[in-house]
Amino acid sequence: MSVHRRKNNLFEPKQVKEAVTQSFKKLNPVIQFRNPVMFTVWIGTLVMAFVSVWIAAGETSQGSLAYNMVITAILFITLLFANFAEAIAEARGKAQADSLRKAREDTPAKKVFSVGEIYVDEIKVIPSSQLRKGDLFVCEAGDVIAMDGEIVQGIATIDESAITGESAPVIREAGGDKSSVTGGTKVLSDRIKVKVTTEPGETFLDKMIALVEGASRQKTPNEIALTILLASFTLVFVIVCVTLKPFGDYANTPITIGAFISLFVCLIPTTIGGLLSAIGIAGMDRALRANVITKSGKAVETAGDLDTILLDKTGTITIGNRRATNFWSTDGITENEFIELATWGSLADETPEGKSIVELAASKGVSKTKEAGMTFIEFTAETRSSGVNLGNGTNIRKGAFDAIRKLVEKAGNRVPEEASDRVKLIAENGGTPLVVSKNGEVKGVIELQDIVKPGIQERFERLRKMGVKTVMVTGDNPLTAKYIAEKAGVDDFIAEAKPEDKMNYIRKEQQGGKLVAMMGDGTNDAPALAQADVGVAMNSGTQAAKEAGNMVDLDNDPTKLIEIVEIGKQLLMTRGTLTTFSIANDVAKYFAIVPALFIASIPALQGLNIMGLHSPESAILSAVIFNAIIIPLLIPLALKGVAYKPIGASALLRRNLLIYGFGGVIVPFIGIKLIDLLVSNWF
Amino acid sequence: MLCIDKARKILNQSQVIMTTEIAGIIFMYVLTVALAIPLGRYIGRVYEGDKTWLDKILHPLDKIFFKLSGINPAKEMNWKQHLMALLTINLVWFILSMLILMNMSWLPLNPDGNPSMPADLAFNTTVSFVSNTNLQHYSGETGVSYLGQLTLMLFQFISAATGMAACVAVFMAMKERTTENLGNFYNFFVKSCTRILLPLAIVVALILAFNGTPMNFEGKAQYISMQGDTVHVSRGPAAAMIAIKQLGTNGGGYYGPNSAHPLENPNYLTNIVENISIILIPIAMVFALGYIIKRRRFAWMVFGVMTLGFFLLLFNAVYNEMHGNPMIGQMGISQPLGSMEGKEVRFGPAASAYWEVTTTVTSNGSVNAMHDSFTPLAGMSALLGMMVNSFYGGVGVGYLNFYIFIIIAVFISGLMVGRTPEFLGKKIEAKEMKIAALIALLHPLLILAGTALASYLFAHNPSAYADWLNNPGNHGFSEMLYEFTSSSANNGSGFEGLGDNTPFWNIACGTVMLLARFLPIIGPVAIAGILAKKKYIPESAGTLKTDTNTFGVMVFAVIFIVAALSFFPALTLGPIAEFFGMK
Repeated sequence: MSVHRRKNNLFEPKQVKEAVTQSFKKLNPVIQFRNPVMFTVWIGTLVMAFVSVWIAAGETSQGSLAYNMVITAILFITLLFANFAEAIAEARGKAQADSLRKAREDTPAKKVFSVGEIYVDEIKVIPSSQLRKGDLFVCEAGDVIAMDGEIVQGIATIDESAITGESAPVIREAGGDKSSVTGGTKVLSDRIKVKVTTEPGETFLDKMIALVEGASRQKTPNEIALTILLASFTLVFVIVCVTLKPFGDYANTPITIGAFISLFVCLIPTTIGGLLSAIGIAGMDRALRANVITKSGKAVETAGDLDTILLDKTGTITIGNRRATNFWSTDGITENEFIELATWGSLADETPEGKSIVELAASKGVSKTKEAGMTFIEFTAETRSSGVNLGNGTNIRKGAFDAIRKLVEKAGNRVPEEASDRVKLIAENGGTPLVVSKNGEVKGVIELQDIVKPGIQERFERLRKMGVKTVMVTGDNPLTAKYIAEKAGVDDFIAEAKPEDKMNYIRKEQQGGKLVAMMGDGTNDAPALAQADVGVAMNSGTQAAKEAGNMVDLDNDPTKLIEIVEIGKQLLMTRGTLTTFSIANDVAKYFAIVPALFIASIPALQGLNIMGLHSPESAILSAVIFNAIIIPLLIPLALKGVAYKPIGASALLRRNLLIYGFGGVIVPFIGIKLIDLLVSNWF
Repeated sequence: MLCIDKARKILNQSQVIMTTEIAGIIFMYVLTVALAIPLGRYIGRVYEGDKTWLDKILHPLDKIFFKLSGINPAKEMNWKQHLMALLTINLVWFILSMLILMNMSWLPLNPDGNPSMPADLAFNTTVSFVSNTNLQHYSGETGVSYLGQLTLMLFQFISAATGMAACVAVFMAMKERTTENLGNFYNFFVKSCTRILLPLAIVVALILAFNGTPMNFEGKAQYISMQGDTVHVSRGPAAAMIAIKQLGTNGGGYYGPNSAHPLENPNYLTNIVENISIILIPIAMVFALGYIIKRRRFAWMVFGVMTLGFFLLLFNAVYNEMHGNPMIGQMGISQPLGSMEGKEVRFGPAASAYWEVTTTVTSNGSVNAMHDSFTPLAGMSALLGMMVNSFYGGVGVGYLNFYIFIIIAVFISGLMVGRTPEFLGKKIEAKEMKIAALIALLHPLLILAGTALASYLFAHNPSAYADWLNNPGNHGFSEMLYEFTSSSANNGSGFEGLGDNTPFWNIACGTVMLLARFLPIIGPVAIAGILAKKKYIPESAGTLKTDTNTFGVMVFAVIFIVAALSFFPALTLGPIAEFFGMK
């Protein structure tokens, strides 16, 4: 979980002010046209305005001027409310993005120009906006990094708080998976040379800002399908209202234009129509508040549908890294001699595990330093072992059991039973055994242990109830992996995982029709990130990984996937429940308006006026007013999203059907009656 | 004293009669379901190509059909090919029927010398029978020859089988797999006729014939009544036609008064048989669905929702009919049996109301009482049954209509649980939603626009169209609304009281029937075909199950909301205003 959370006040005065201005600007018919439901209200308002003018000019068949003007005004306010909902969501997203963008105002950049045939670097200071993809620049302590890029040379501590809100500095260095830097962050120490990886205006942040501001916001497939449904409901009511005219003629009941338009506006799903885009923006905004930059609204929705998520063991399921806890020497060698061997073998090992071996040895009184004549053998994915060749020709290797066994057997020796038993024992207890060999003979086993994060079981349980399967990815052997998997409560695991294993697993799941998410940071994760339906790249990861995924997590927090799933589900649920609520409202509105339409010519229909509304005028006005004010009342819900409860799909449906469906039928009866009590003072 | 005793006696008697009447309709319903369950299984086996006990006798018959037509019944078709086949053969029948109806007078089998039909009536009648509606703007005794009756009877088989074959294509598409192949249309079509409709029709026709319904090719019989009047009694192949008009949710009667006619429906026993025939296959199709897609629970969910809707309409109708007409009550006339206006004494109000609801929910449209005479709210039950048109619904097409509601319900409820909507492992996306929305719109559009047109004409020129309506005011409005609702639901029953054999009604209703028949077949088959091609997603804990009570409630809510919201104002001006006016 991220430590830092940005403030979450729903209505900041500054944003409200901006949103109000925007609400008026959005009255532009070109913008309104994008939302078919609200566009019809827009037309209705216009018609009512003409009717009011007509009455002012002397027409008498359409009711009083005051009554018609009030309807016009309420319809106008309905439009403004709907616009305000969208505008406030945009303003919130923009404010969020602005605070990020502040960091990337034009900063001076020390651009590197290669001069002459031997490419002597010459450094000139230019504005960051002139940097192009592929350019190089240097940053020294105190400099703000000018653009997103990749470190090609050097190592530095960097303050990323401007983006992540996390105050602890992080280390970034050339090569490997921690080479990526973000524009706007600050170098605290050392000097790095950075290669620009994006054109100006195309950084993730720029894309996100454009997305929130609506410039590049496209409707997601789901939103399109819902718009179709809402449009068809609107059409049904067009038919209902248009046909009502000849019906009225037949029944000798003249119906005023004001009544027609009121009935129509009340029946069409204005509540969801007015809030629809606000809900979508708020979803992306919630992701941003969780410090996740999404590249499209669709990615957030897809997250709600995930079936399987791949999580790296380290840092997600277990705390940090494994640490050495024990040295187990084999026969014929003292413990101290073995510790010495293990220390030699780990001297050049910069991994946390390697370092922990040296530390544990030091605590047992053994410390060694690098000496001349030593050749260090680096770990490769092929040999899956590392070590050292000493000056005297002795070679020491350290690695997974299988890797060392291969090596030992190649040298014509056998692994002592004692060692393989120990390996098995350690693995069964969830530890990781590292076997050390000297000149092709096994000398002992180092035990590394993992610590499962507290509370992680509950989180996986929550995911399971959502129907999401968790898969742990680990380089551990199957036995260790199984132990930790059981302890943490994941559903499946990939042991001894190579990068292509992740890819294969994702493909296999997708072939079975599942949607898969994974989180990754390394360049070798990039193909799998691209293959996954939701690929979340860590901000600290390589540029390749960030390009491949469709979300970037600024906190580098691997458990973020769980939050993202909930945000996606909330987004869809908010749409679904408000649609249901909006349509359920119609029942009460019918009971208010339909008797009001006909009561003059068919007095018997008073029997339908079950709310006992005061007069036809007050009934129609109450329904229209209710229809208008329900929009701002539901804005907080649209922005915050309907709470997701992992109680199973059917139970969730029952709950939401009860609250928003049944509630949607009842609430307007009460609301309209209360408004009528008030309105009846005048009409 | 004597007077009070007598009154008490009558009251007791009427209570006994009422209880017996209620028992009668409960018996009918229970028996129907008891028959529908095994029948559904049998139907499922027929379409799946599993062995059935009728194979031995009927296999050679099917073979002859396929051999004559040169069709290979094993050839798989995709959804487009299904629809092509369906529309093509329907077009052929359309032309054939027009030719016969417009030339009956000189064609054979016309002992009573009935005339040929004018073009507009022939169009209306042809559309009406091809579309499984059987709206009759003519009277059978005088309007058609026996050749005409036989042609119409043939259509009662093939229009029912058309609906069933389209429905089975959707069943096949709902299976757990990814495929384009939905079986062979002709195979489903022929088997619907030979394996399902024909055997059942033979059984029903035999029962009717033994109870006195005519079955011959002779002309009118003549007798002199006790008053000395000469009475002509129409005869002909009635029993055969009545059997299939009931079983195939056709409803086009042999005689003008339909099953209220003493020869068409002679006694309470034939009434039971005919009434069961109305909803037997529609219910059995739901159980066949469970068998074919191997999801019994899902079928029970569908059955549950349909039954709930059916019961609500039924309760309303039976209650209102058995409580009589308040206006007659106000005149001081006691109505111990309930409202008897327009009803046959041999059936009574309960059985008449039961028939009224079964015939309207299923798009059958045969009647055993005068719908025009029902109390306003009971009349509304009939209207609502046709407006929803999927509480059991017509053979095959009832489920197709229901399928559209399921798609909409799945979509909304999928969103409500935070997941892209899935139906039986297939994702519902914009394209399917578009089709479903259009089809859901069509029914209200046709009904309301048609009624609006008629209202407009009548309201602006009442003298020119005076002979349209027998009743003024709200009831007259109900008559027009009923005619278009019946046409759009492909029901075919009439509220009557409407002067409907005019070019306006013939052409307007014909057009409505045509659109309301084929678009709602094309839509669901297209959606199912598109879904079948999509990748199958196995269920997980997050998937919304569609075979639960909760989802059933959701589907019911969608149906209620769509029907109630679209038709509430129209119903207010018709039956609801009439109801409040009578209080």
